[in-house]
Amino acid sequence: MNRLQAVRQRLRRGPAPPLGAGSDQEMVDISHQVLLYVEGLSVSFDGFKALNELNLYINDGELRCLIGANGAGKTTLMDVITGKTRPDSGQVYFGQTIDLLGKTEAQIAQLGVGRKFQKPTVFEQQTVFANLELAMRVEKNILATLVARLSSENLDSISEVLDIIGLKSQHDALAGALSHGQKQWLEIGMLLIADPRLMLVDEPVAGMTAQETERTAELLTSLAGKRTVVVVEHDMEFVRSIAKTVTVLHQGSVLAEGSMSDIQSDPAVIEVYLGEDP
Amino acid sequence: MTLANQFSPLHELRNKAPVFLTALFSMTLFASVCNLWVPEDSAFHVSTYTITLLGKYLCYALLALSVDVVWGYCGILSLGHGAFFALGGYTMGMYLMRQVGDRGVYGNPLLPDFMVFLNWQDLPWFWQGFDQFWFAFFATLLVPGLLAFVFGWLAFRSRVAGVYLSIMTQALTYALMLAFFRNEMGFGGNNGLTDFKDILGFNLQSDRVRVALFLCSALMLAAAYCASVLIMSSRYGRVIMGIRDAEARVRFIGFKTETYKVSLFVYSAVLAAIAGALYVPQVGIINPGEFSPLNSIEVVVWVAVGGRGTLYGGIVGAILVNYAKTRFTAIFPDQWLFVLGALFVFVTVFLPQGLVGVFKDQKHWLFRRKSVEDVGE
Ligand SMILES: Nc1ncnc2c1ncn2[C@@H]1O[C@H](COP(=O)(O)OP(=O)(O)O)[C@@H](O)[C@H]1O
Ligand SMILES: [Mg+2]
Repeated sequence: MNRLQAVRQRLRRGPAPPLGAGSDQEMVDISHQVLLYVEGLSVSFDGFKALNELNLYINDGELRCLIGANGAGKTTLMDVITGKTRPDSGQVYFGQTIDLLGKTEAQIAQLGVGRKFQKPTVFEQQTVFANLELAMRVEKNILATLVARLSSENLDSISEVLDIIGLKSQHDALAGALSHGQKQWLEIGMLLIADPRLMLVDEPVAGMTAQETERTAELLTSLAGKRTVVVVEHDMEFVRSIAKTVTVLHQGSVLAEGSMSDIQSDPAVIEVYLGEDP
Repeated sequence: MTLANQFSPLHELRNKAPVFLTALFSMTLFASVCNLWVPEDSAFHVSTYTITLLGKYLCYALLALSVDVVWGYCGILSLGHGAFFALGGYTMGMYLMRQVGDRGVYGNPLLPDFMVFLNWQDLPWFWQGFDQFWFAFFATLLVPGLLAFVFGWLAFRSRVAGVYLSIMTQALTYALMLAFFRNEMGFGGNNGLTDFKDILGFNLQSDRVRVALFLCSALMLAAAYCASVLIMSSRYGRVIMGIRDAEARVRFIGFKTETYKVSLFVYSAVLAAIAGALYVPQVGIINPGEFSPLNSIEVVVWVAVGGRGTLYGGIVGAILVNYAKTRFTAIFPDQWLFVLGALFVFVTVFLPQGLVGVFKDQKHWLFRRKSVEDVGE
């Protein structure tokens, strides 16, 4: 718990933005308290509507949970926000002014949108340490990376994240040799070290033990406030333990939104989602 | 060893270079001395033929290194690197042709023989300047580099990858081969460029020049190896390996992976071109056959046999396979392709990490465990 508080402190303080890289992140205009606007978003794959006129507003500093049956469109939504998938129609704004549609994945990432994939995606052939090093918030152009040296601040922050994700003793192991749950943690660590303004976390506790799940919940809760976190999860116990606001997706649209108890008593939700899996 | 060290390119170079450089230079210097200063009747004499053969192997090794850089480290399976090699060979060949001067069969002081034969009156514009070595030198770097840039930019920006990219690289080298076969292109057509006399005013047939070219090849190979070690152990190199293993992840971290791939592709093409430029004065000819798609595939086999993603693996593979080829084709000239194919299948199935992988596995056991306290120091 101490460690979590320490990292929270650090994040509050905010790392010294390295040349150029961080400055983009400061430009996000959140004068209306909303960090992410998603409006009228539709995506179809070969005629199948994965997202259908979806609206979603995420406040700055919020911890939001997205739930919904398999195929509801949760991952597709993240794909659109991060620039991987182009929507058929709709708008996605980061803050008041920044239009995310039409930007590349790299540009969106540099604006401060970080992402954890549903299937843990780490650099399997590289060490845990190197994975974190690559995710750091630093200059990302070719010349900078050719001459980059690890500063002692870099080492400190990597070391700190290694502590948080419990992989210190395995820092030198190849990421491919980690267990499924550890890979999840490593990918979360990569998010932590990049310290993005908005974190999109897709099914973080899949494959984790109960204890690991609990620690993930603690970690995500501790991040809310300074950072904005959107979590997709199936595990209702987990969602209950972290979420203040829950958004239920169904067939590509928002079915309901509210506190966990509101959601659970919503007849529409009970019918299409919770009803299936009591 | 601290982590900062572990992530320092110079430290990595100090680790990796000495063994490689010692092996390379002890071999080349020994062969050179035995050629120039050991009398011909001695058992230790190395013939000039052998020197040229070894020089050729070193050029192939550099070519293999260039393929390993893109394939082994970035997962870009180029089946067209022979094109860059051949282009480098042609720029050098053009310089050597201009060096011939009026000593050609037709005695024309300006036009190479094949142009006189085609009844051309003037030197085409793209042959201007190639009488200067420095010009040819820069052309060797720029022409293939530019081609690689344009090709890479188009391919990687539209996110062509995998098999499609490999096919495109094959098409590239095949198209160039057809183009260079045409007489009207102005590169000697079918016969290519040959009958060279001098390089920088020195007679290409003399033993000393042969040895000098051989040593130059070794030097370039060494320089390219060291540069590649530095590049691959920098953060740039780790981004490149990240692209190989999980390109989407690299993008979502904020790196423009296209730019990285294009830059690496250009670097690799330039290495291949330098190899070609060193190859041509040693073998004395360059013709469109060097663009043959099969040549590019052979290079990939050398790298696979040696072990990709190691830098030295491709080099070892190129030298061993070509030595085998020299030996084998002397006995059964027509069966080599079958042997090569069988070798490739064998390595792919039984030694996915190549020959050097067999040794690396053992080394790994010895050096594996490092202490945990290193972190944060
Ligand atoms: N690239 C794609 N091509 C075709 N169909 C897709 C693609 N990505 C997602 N889908 C479909 O869109 C629907 C929503 O998928 P997804 O967003 O992954 O759901 P979730 O993450 O909520 O389980 C699914 O029916 C899936 O099959
Ligand atoms: Mg999903």
